[in-house]
Amino acid sequence: MIPGALREAVARDGEQIVYVPRERLLETMTWLKQTPGQKFDYLVDVTAVEFRDRERPLEVVYFLRSLKRKADLRVKVELNSSEELAVDSVWGLWRGADWLEREVFDMFGITFTGHPDLRRILMWETYAEGNPLRKNFPLRGRFSRAEQVRQALNASPEAHYSMEELSIAEASDDLPEDMRERLKRGERGVIPEPPATP
Amino acid sequence: MSKRVVELELATPGVDAQGRASRVPLTADRAPEPGLDQEHMLVNIGPQHPATHGVLRLVVELDGETVVRCIPHLGYLHSGFEKLGEYRHYNQIIPLTDRTDYLSPMSNNVGFALAAEKLMGVEITPRCTVLRVIACEMSRIISHMVWLGTTSIDLGAFTPFLWAFQQREKIYDLQEMWTGARLTTSLTRVGGLLADIPDGFVEKLRDFTKTFPKTLGEIDRVLTRNAVWAGRTQGVGTLTAEEAINYSLSGPMLRASGVAYDVRKDKPYLGYETYDFDVIVGEHGDVFDRYLVRLEECHQSNRILEQALDRLPDGPINVDDPKVILPSKTLAMTDMEAMIFHFKQVMEGVKAPVGEAYIGIENPKGELGNYLVSDGTAKPVRWRIRPPSFINLSALPKMAEGHLLSDLIAINASVDIVMGEVDR
Amino acid sequence: MKRVGEVKSENFLLAKFENLVDWAVNSSRANSLWPMPFGTACCAIEFMATAASRYDFARFGMERQAFSPRQADVLICAGRLPFKLAPVIRRIYDQMPQPKWVISMGACASTGGIFDNYSMVQGIDTIVPVDVYVPGCPPRPEGLLYGILLLHKKIKGESLFDAVRRREEQPLDDKGLRLAPETIDEISEPFGNSVHQFRSA
Repeated sequence: MIPGALREAVARDGEQIVYVPRERLLETMTWLKQTPGQKFDYLVDVTAVEFRDRERPLEVVYFLRSLKRKADLRVKVELNSSEELAVDSVWGLWRGADWLEREVFDMFGITFTGHPDLRRILMWETYAEGNPLRKNFPLRGRFSRAEQVRQALNASPEAHYSMEELSIAEASDDLPEDMRERLKRGERGVIPEPPATP
Repeated sequence: MSKRVVELELATPGVDAQGRASRVPLTADRAPEPGLDQEHMLVNIGPQHPATHGVLRLVVELDGETVVRCIPHLGYLHSGFEKLGEYRHYNQIIPLTDRTDYLSPMSNNVGFALAAEKLMGVEITPRCTVLRVIACEMSRIISHMVWLGTTSIDLGAFTPFLWAFQQREKIYDLQEMWTGARLTTSLTRVGGLLADIPDGFVEKLRDFTKTFPKTLGEIDRVLTRNAVWAGRTQGVGTLTAEEAINYSLSGPMLRASGVAYDVRKDKPYLGYETYDFDVIVGEHGDVFDRYLVRLEECHQSNRILEQALDRLPDGPINVDDPKVILPSKTLAMTDMEAMIFHFKQVMEGVKAPVGEAYIGIENPKGELGNYLVSDGTAKPVRWRIRPPSFINLSALPKMAEGHLLSDLIAINASVDIVMGEVDR
Repeated sequence: MKRVGEVKSENFLLAKFENLVDWAVNSSRANSLWPMPFGTACCAIEFMATAASRYDFARFGMERQAFSPRQADVLICAGRLPFKLAPVIRRIYDQMPQPKWVISMGACASTGGIFDNYSMVQGIDTIVPVDVYVPGCPPRPEGLLYGILLLHKKIKGESLFDAVRRREEQPLDDKGLRLAPETIDEISEPFGNSVHQFRSA
């Protein structure tokens, strides 16, 4: 029996799904990876699902695979959208989770506690419209096209170094004060003005 | 499972006494010159740079010429595919799949159609299965050809690019014959195909399978034993098997590190278990092995194409289910019932039952997964692409560490990224 | 000194000086264009096919591809352009020396194509001025070649002396925009068979 499993189900494609409470996710994942009979050594994918039905909780889905046993397992964590959207990061178990979790953070706004570098990955860091794959996000974004173009054109393509990159390069001390301030405020350097009409 | 380890035989300098490639670790002499050991430099590569294979942006921290840290910045081609998918019927998503990994459009079409069919419980016909195998393997060849061409340009050889693109044009002609488009094929439909292959297609493809190995041989002769090529690729960007698994790599990247995992063999789809082909496995997990694995995979794809052509059965290409497949135009115009089905499918779309399905297929770049979640309507709640080159690229910082800046270009090329898929 | 009628040689030419200069300048510009390939997506693959063996656009004076904008004449935007990339293409355009031309290759670059969503610029003409639009998704190499030939024609119709036909630098306005906000909103509206005709969808 998998520790922490709330319930199990079988997907339409015949794969086994295990639902895990979010407090015990890391424990379950460690067990699944390290127990000899399980050995799920390969993380296929991490993603999230939000349903059109607002009552249903969001799901964070982990696709695990054991390369030796040729077995697949889907682990799901349910998150109520009324509560804080946060789960533990599995970065420590599978390094492949690094960018996958960043993408879920970017697209759904789900925080992965313990992830060493949880930044937006596809949208820019000061992107102000929200998390695109949430169901309350309109297909064409929240701002008008002119406002989107204005923000895009006013961003400086050079002011993209994030602060931690510079500090590691020990170059931030050499920068002029105003540029350091600008970089601190965000990757793009320009804070977009709040929209007049959302 | 039949495996074959690719043997390296080098006849030029850079070979040890046993005739094996001598791999000199590049970390050998790294003592900093006096006075130059303090300052690190930040170099920005991209997003508009010919060697980043698209709009990838790399911020590289350098100690002299050595990469200390490499930070990729993505999202310069983020097109919102997954969001668009939630607003489209299942068959309307297929044109979107062309444009994710635009180097192998046909196998993306197949991957999505297989996921939708799994979700709906549709069994495709034998002829359709074999034709889809042909589509997948043609895609693998053209994708690897682009990789060979662009990588050889990155490393200073221009001729293989021209040869590779000549072969691509031949496959393009075949794709055009079949689907009417060179690049954006939209080949599959849920439950079948856009069209059957036209007259003359089989002969032309057979002709291609006979002449293609000759080009591969030429590329092999120019590159494999070339001292410059070997010197710039051997021992560069090495990943061990454990690291490759831990980073969730797939496809040629994983196999070059010595892990014999191929979705076609280990979780077969489209009847791949009945074809005779080898899983190509590398030994050292460096750029050179990735090159060899891809080159040899082209030979294996050619073998599969030959077998598929031999066994291509007659029969219909679409399932006989008017709820899934559009009735023929003649029937829709003459038969009342067929017209109703036609109308309902076009206006309402094909409804999928509540549930979810995931299928991974072996794309040229790695395991392409399609995960569909349905709430019973004609549009998916969630369409997730497991992007192989996005995940493969996440190992780039690890691979590039400690190498020279010029090696970074070779390593980045060896990942075989396509930004349409990385950023989606 | 001989009068014109008495000249025996056939090697002379009568023209207005301005036309002669325009002809010489425009021919040399048009027949050796250095393209700056700004390839982002699928169209870049067809662009590469156009450059490779079978189609070979070196036949039209495009032998040298300039991968640096500072040595380029024509910016070919091949592929879709997300908002994140918009400042980059504007910077590249600003870095190119005059005279410069822009070819918008493919449906996505020209109109946003099928990507009518939150991340995509709905036509690069909201960012940079475009001279030739090449339709198609992606355009065939023949289509791109035709677009290049059309650009040749356009260049040959330009003039250094005529203010209307002269190429001027087109900088951004004080809001940092190329077009008025209303114009951008108008040309970015959904059109045709778009599944959702209204922005509220």
